[in-house]
Amino acid sequence: MIIELGHFALILALAAAVLQGSLPMIGAARGDAAWMGLARPAAVVQLFLVVFAFCALTHAYVTSDFSVANVVQNSHSAKPMLYKITGVWGNHEGSMMLWILILALFGSAVAVFGGNLPPSLRARVLGVQAWIGIGFMAFTLFTSNPFLRVFPAPLDGEDLNPLLQDPGLAFHPPMLYAGYVGFSMAFSFAIAALIEGKVDAAWARWVRPWTLLAWAFLTGGIALGSWWAYYELGWGGWWFWDPVENVSFMPWLLGTALLHSAIVVEKRNALKTWTILLAILTFSLSLIGTFIVRSGVITSVHAFATDPERGFFILILLAIAIGGSLILFAVRAPALKAGGLFAPISREGGMVINNLFLSAACAAVFLGTLYPLFLEAVDGSKVSVGAPFFNATFVPLMVPLVFLMAIGPMLPWKRADLAGALARLKLAALAALFIAGLTWYLQAGGPILAVAAMGLAAWLFAGALVEWSDRVKLFRVAPGESWRRARNLPRSAHGMTLAHAGLAVVMAGIIGSSAWKSEVVTNLKPGETVEVAGYSLLFEGVGKLNGPNYTAERARFTVFRDGEEIALMFPEKRVYPVTAMPTTEAAIRTTLFSDLYVVIGEADGQGGWTVRVYHEPLVPWIWLGCLSMVIGGLTSLSDRRLRIGAPHRQHAAKPTSHPATA
Amino acid sequence: MTRRLLFLLPIAVFAVVAGYFLWGLAPDRDPKDVPTVMVDKPTPTFDLAAVPGLGVPGLATGDLADGKVVMVNFFASWCVPCRAEHPYLTAFVEKTGVPLYGINHRDKPEDAAAWLTELGNPYQRIGADPGRAAVEWGVTGVPETFIIDGDGRIRYHHRGPLVPEVLERDVMPLLQALRG
Repeated sequence: MIIELGHFALILALAAAVLQGSLPMIGAARGDAAWMGLARPAAVVQLFLVVFAFCALTHAYVTSDFSVANVVQNSHSAKPMLYKITGVWGNHEGSMMLWILILALFGSAVAVFGGNLPPSLRARVLGVQAWIGIGFMAFTLFTSNPFLRVFPAPLDGEDLNPLLQDPGLAFHPPMLYAGYVGFSMAFSFAIAALIEGKVDAAWARWVRPWTLLAWAFLTGGIALGSWWAYYELGWGGWWFWDPVENVSFMPWLLGTALLHSAIVVEKRNALKTWTILLAILTFSLSLIGTFIVRSGVITSVHAFATDPERGFFILILLAIAIGGSLILFAVRAPALKAGGLFAPISREGGMVINNLFLSAACAAVFLGTLYPLFLEAVDGSKVSVGAPFFNATFVPLMVPLVFLMAIGPMLPWKRADLAGALARLKLAALAALFIAGLTWYLQAGGPILAVAAMGLAAWLFAGALVEWSDRVKLFRVAPGESWRRARNLPRSAHGMTLAHAGLAVVMAGIIGSSAWKSEVVTNLKPGETVEVAGYSLLFEGVGKLNGPNYTAERARFTVFRDGEEIALMFPEKRVYPVTAMPTTEAAIRTTLFSDLYVVIGEADGQGGWTVRVYHEPLVPWIWLGCLSMVIGGLTSLSDRRLRIGAPHRQHAAKPTSHPATA
Repeated sequence: MTRRLLFLLPIAVFAVVAGYFLWGLAPDRDPKDVPTVMVDKPTPTFDLAAVPGLGVPGLATGDLADGKVVMVNFFASWCVPCRAEHPYLTAFVEKTGVPLYGINHRDKPEDAAAWLTELGNPYQRIGADPGRAAVEWGVTGVPETFIIDGDGRIRYHHRGPLVPEVLERDVMPLLQALRG
């Protein structure tokens, strides 16, 4: 009964979205306040209905209702409760429900918090949001309905893919989707602005918090995903340039560009059409990602159950959403008034360079991801584009970007003195040389490019700190005065420092774990020892273990360093009998400066086991740095300017006096 | 006017990409049915060194025309579909006993060794290919697989991972026919 009510609630939510997407748009065109006003209650009602539908599905999972087909396919009565809940979105249909839920949350957030938006802009933003919602709810109801029953109900379910039964996966998809879907806000604002024919500083100030929020979620989601891959897949790697990873990375790259170009619109009223285009493209890439993952046009190891029919439906959605918005862009954008002028060497110029590199990097990832499809269409050959392509194209684009990233924040708006900015970065250059030298010394040489790259990361890190300490006049005035200055600094300034320094930390982690990773693969019998990077691991044997819905073989290692016992490690190999799938559970010991990572493989039948041991220097920094970026984003989000919506009242009031130009 | 055209660029690019997507979804698209110029030709002349640390010998033209039907598989540790293919390939070799020779394409020896130690090594011989052999064999990516008859002639060429359907539908019947 509850499941039918959930189904019905989703249909009603679709009806609410149709209402929200039509009457307020007409009202905005006619200047009819009552019709425009419908958008807000409609968005809230839609949210309530979607929440109800989502809860109904979750209820079926929690109570293991095996008369629901979706529960049968993805759950099992013996599965731990946490995974019964996360199983709701661990499959195609349920993840669409999560997508719709987050979309409705964002939509109603505009309805509730958008009190200071001009009514016509708000009505149009909510209208565009509703169109997106209509597309995805129709897709779910017609091709991927999670509320279908099976008769007769089987005694038990087929269980969730064991790789997905992991705490990391409880939070990875919701955060990733909050990122993807969050960019729909920037998209809706861009479309609304194109319809209104007006982009101004106030518009940018409304777009920026949503973009920041989406960006912070997406950063966190990608970081969690790579962390999960690192500890769960047991390959010791954390990024594989797999299509499914790439499609989440592309919106991140363009979203990062958007984050920066929106600042230029806000402060200098320039780069307006470009920012609009970025907003459209960023969300378009989120949609294309959904298409690629769920349609099966590109081979990937961890795709959803793919289905060409569903793919066709999403392709139609793409054509309407992306095609329609880009046509609107082609028609309306040339009429947008160009804004402030600036010299090539200026803060604006720096942002343009940033956008160019990020867009080029995104294009490189896009090409690499879709090249197999393009080539197959042209001459029928099938290829796999792997890490060598991305390392050869993506990395060279990142190097100049990171180098310039330390300089950009030093440049003032309009016109800047490059020599002056570089002079302020003397300390950063010293730090770069010092870290490069230190790395050279500690690693006794090592790949010269990696040593230089460590210097570059130090340059960025120190550059970010120098910029911050210049602003608070650290060590140049009394500490109390610096503290006062730091407190008065806009939170977005702290946010930027945290995010830029975080990226430097991520970079150091990437370099360390790629250049100085040591790896030993060997066959060990109990009592034998393996040595890696100064650690000795004594293999003590393998025991059996029974989990709630799996059986495991658990190995025991004693770790010694300089003859002293420092840790015990227990890597596992699990078998989930329902799906007959094995998983490896790596044992990881971290010191925050490096990870020791142990995995057991197959038994050789003569008492020996395949054992893989990795030592990965600096690898935890990848996720620590991401955390700093997310905190930076959220700090910036809490800036008064963005919380209030507008720093100057007269700015906020002005747009409302403009009639809608259509 | 040129400015206007510039604004049409995004939609034009999207239209092209969407066209490819549509093609990719075509229900009669069969990625396994790929014409290849290599079939019925003798294998190219090549001589590849062994991958250090694997303990299996390298691969050269002379190993392929010794009267036995063999399979040659291009693979790399960085290639995700290769990982997907690996268990099927291993099981197939165990079942049929056909000698499987590998050509390790553009890979680091230590990565290849780790990959095979982790997943098991079904290959009797493995040649390390910095890239040249792939060109001569008409290989555009990994994984790709060839069946060579006893006279050293290519009889079958498959691009992409050898999933069970392909093995059952194409490879198994051909193998039985060639072995007589």
